[in-house]
Amino acid sequence: MRRHIVTAVLYTVVTTVLFGLAYPLIVTGLAQTMFRDKANGQLLRRNGEIVGSRIIGQSFTAPEYFHSRPSAAGSGYDAANSSGSNYGPTNKKLIDRVAGDVAALRAEHPGAEVPVDLVTASGSGLDPDITPAAAEFQVARVAAQRHLSVDAVRGLVARHTQGRQLGFLGEPRVNVLELNLDLDHASGATK
Amino acid sequence: MTSNGWFQILVFFGLVLVCAKPLGVYMARVFERERTFADLVFRPIERVIYRLTGIDESHEMRWTEYSVAMLMFSLVSLLATYAIERLQHLLPLNPQHLSAVAPDLAFNTAISFTTNTNWQSYVPETTMSYLTQMLTLSYHNFFSAAVGMALAVALIRGIARRESKTLGNFWVDTTRASLWVLLPTCTIYALLLVSQGVIQNFRPYDQAKLVQSQTVTTMGTDGRPVTGIVATQTIAQGPVASQEAIKMLGTNGGGFFNTNSAHPFENPTPLSNMMEMFSIFLIPGALTVTLGRMTKAPKHGWAVFAAMSILFFLGVFIAYYAESQPNPLLHGIDQHTTTMQAGGNMEGKEVRFGIADSALFATVTTDASCGAVNGMHDSFMPLGGLVPLVNMMLGEVVFGGVGAGLYGMLIFVVLAVFLAGLMVGRTPEYLGKKIEAFDVKMTMLYVLIFPLSILGFTAVALMMPQLGLASLGNGGPHGLSEILYAYTSTTANNGSAFGGLSANTHWYNLSLGAAMLLGRFLMIVPMLAVAGNLAQKKLVPPSPGTFPVHTSLFTVLLVGVILIVGALTFFPALSLGPILEHLLLQAGKSF
Repeated sequence: MRRHIVTAVLYTVVTTVLFGLAYPLIVTGLAQTMFRDKANGQLLRRNGEIVGSRIIGQSFTAPEYFHSRPSAAGSGYDAANSSGSNYGPTNKKLIDRVAGDVAALRAEHPGAEVPVDLVTASGSGLDPDITPAAAEFQVARVAAQRHLSVDAVRGLVARHTQGRQLGFLGEPRVNVLELNLDLDHASGATK
Repeated sequence: MTSNGWFQILVFFGLVLVCAKPLGVYMARVFERERTFADLVFRPIERVIYRLTGIDESHEMRWTEYSVAMLMFSLVSLLATYAIERLQHLLPLNPQHLSAVAPDLAFNTAISFTTNTNWQSYVPETTMSYLTQMLTLSYHNFFSAAVGMALAVALIRGIARRESKTLGNFWVDTTRASLWVLLPTCTIYALLLVSQGVIQNFRPYDQAKLVQSQTVTTMGTDGRPVTGIVATQTIAQGPVASQEAIKMLGTNGGGFFNTNSAHPFENPTPLSNMMEMFSIFLIPGALTVTLGRMTKAPKHGWAVFAAMSILFFLGVFIAYYAESQPNPLLHGIDQHTTTMQAGGNMEGKEVRFGIADSALFATVTTDASCGAVNGMHDSFMPLGGLVPLVNMMLGEVVFGGVGAGLYGMLIFVVLAVFLAGLMVGRTPEYLGKKIEAFDVKMTMLYVLIFPLSILGFTAVALMMPQLGLASLGNGGPHGLSEILYAYTSTTANNGSAFGGLSANTHWYNLSLGAAMLLGRFLMIVPMLAVAGNLAQKKLVPPSPGTFPVHTSLFTVLLVGVILIVGALTFFPALSLGPILEHLLLQAGKSF
């Protein structure tokens, strides 16, 4: 028994140095050498200022921007406090939240059904993407607000639409932050 | 459901199938201490470890000594983790200046990671320093998995050896599992993850200036709503990829971030998602081949693999079907599957994964004792959430945790062989070993401790409105499911959650901690007792009355035993939770 305790203590110390320190440090060194931008979170800069990460969503609610999905992370898209809503399918809070969002979105598109991802919160609360359906739903509004042609806006959406990876993995998606940055660029705004 | 969705599921399964044999054979060589190509690198490191710790690698252990060594290592590493969590504010690599972890939470977390559960009552990005994540959480991800593999190998030796008193050396098995299998795989795997966008750095959290400022309404201290403008986004950083790799490969599942593999920094692309799912099943799948090889009954290994596969496909079919369905309580929205969107139940799911990859991930992570999630199980449809719950209740034997899945499955194999013996009125045999009273008693102990913990704790929590029910995030039958899920997940050492339950309370931290301890150690000891008892038996030559364990009849019987034991034990609880919720949802009821 006593011998096993001594062995366990020594073993914990020795293996912690190897697996708890050396391993993550070596991986960090290699990652920073091979994939520096990705290892640091793919930060996007505008005029030298960090405006976000390419793969972390942001809240967009103004009419001239493509809106992102509802978020339950902190007060919305809090990237230091990721969270889903954890509402179950029979939860009244879910049903009321969706009904409220649907009413607001239908004002701009009377009679149309709202694509489901636009009124449901993502798992992470930081989903960078919306579906092509959700983008298409918003094209007319954004074009009108920015005095751009619908085709021009659709062209921008197409440029930021990614298909399935390797042709079959995942789902097609549109990166909202990059699309909106490009929109600002296209309409010359620096807002 | 779409054909592309099923294609992804088949590709996933194909990868597991193809890799099972080469890796399984390699692991058999590693544990039998035969030569491998990796000896050149790892043999010197192994020798240094033994020299520094005074381990005699030629020493063979009986099952009792093997258990004691395992328990002592778990205890010491658990206490070390507790200490580091409590002292993290004094230690380096804490750029966010996070304070010491509270005692009950530190207790819960130390147990959670030592037992391969990785239940998380906390939000990591606001609770754990980089050092704590590396030195303790990531460390346990390696060693709880390595210990699991060592235990599985000990049981295999028990089956394979004859008239032997010993099962191998715990320290040697653990060291070889971590050095030869986990470390090299993880190093390469972590870099593959970084190539997809998983981060790996020691930066303080970055501040981004939002493109569009947010107007946020929060409750002020006086209870009145306060409106404020948020103009920046704080982006959490950290050494994620190194932990992500072993989190998945070791079927641990503890996220670097709160939302685990739904977080874009943990799982940025569909390809990283496929890698993560594949790495959950990789070692458990291969261990069936290791079993076949070490017991010199390769067909038996594949028969076990087949039983696991049947249960896997059953689960993924139900989960995928349920999640593809529209939620009938939501109106005015388009939940159809089209070329423009995945449709279905998207609450708690990421657009890049859609329905198929989320349902598959949920099935895989609970078939195994992983518990990582790429979507919120709490927001799944009632039958979609039923699948992860049932997977865990069956004992996580569908490929299962690294090591734990195999020894759990072998317990069911012993039970199946015993039942087959009863049916024909002969003493049951398993691979030439007579299964006798002691073996069956220990097997039943293993089978019974499990529901006792789950149902017992759930019942107690339900009877205490202040302690148990106050934490609920959802009402109606879903509330019962939340509590049932918590105790199932912790007893089964899974770690996934119906996250609406606010578990960071004294009651839940302590009771869930106890459930994790029971679910790991009280089940391992009877399992090792079976191993030790089997090892010392004589080999009985097969006779016409022997029930063969490599046929499809055996596979069907094994699947049947698992389903019947699970159903008899948990059906009443399930019918009050997810099944009732499903019926009420169809009837248009909300809570």
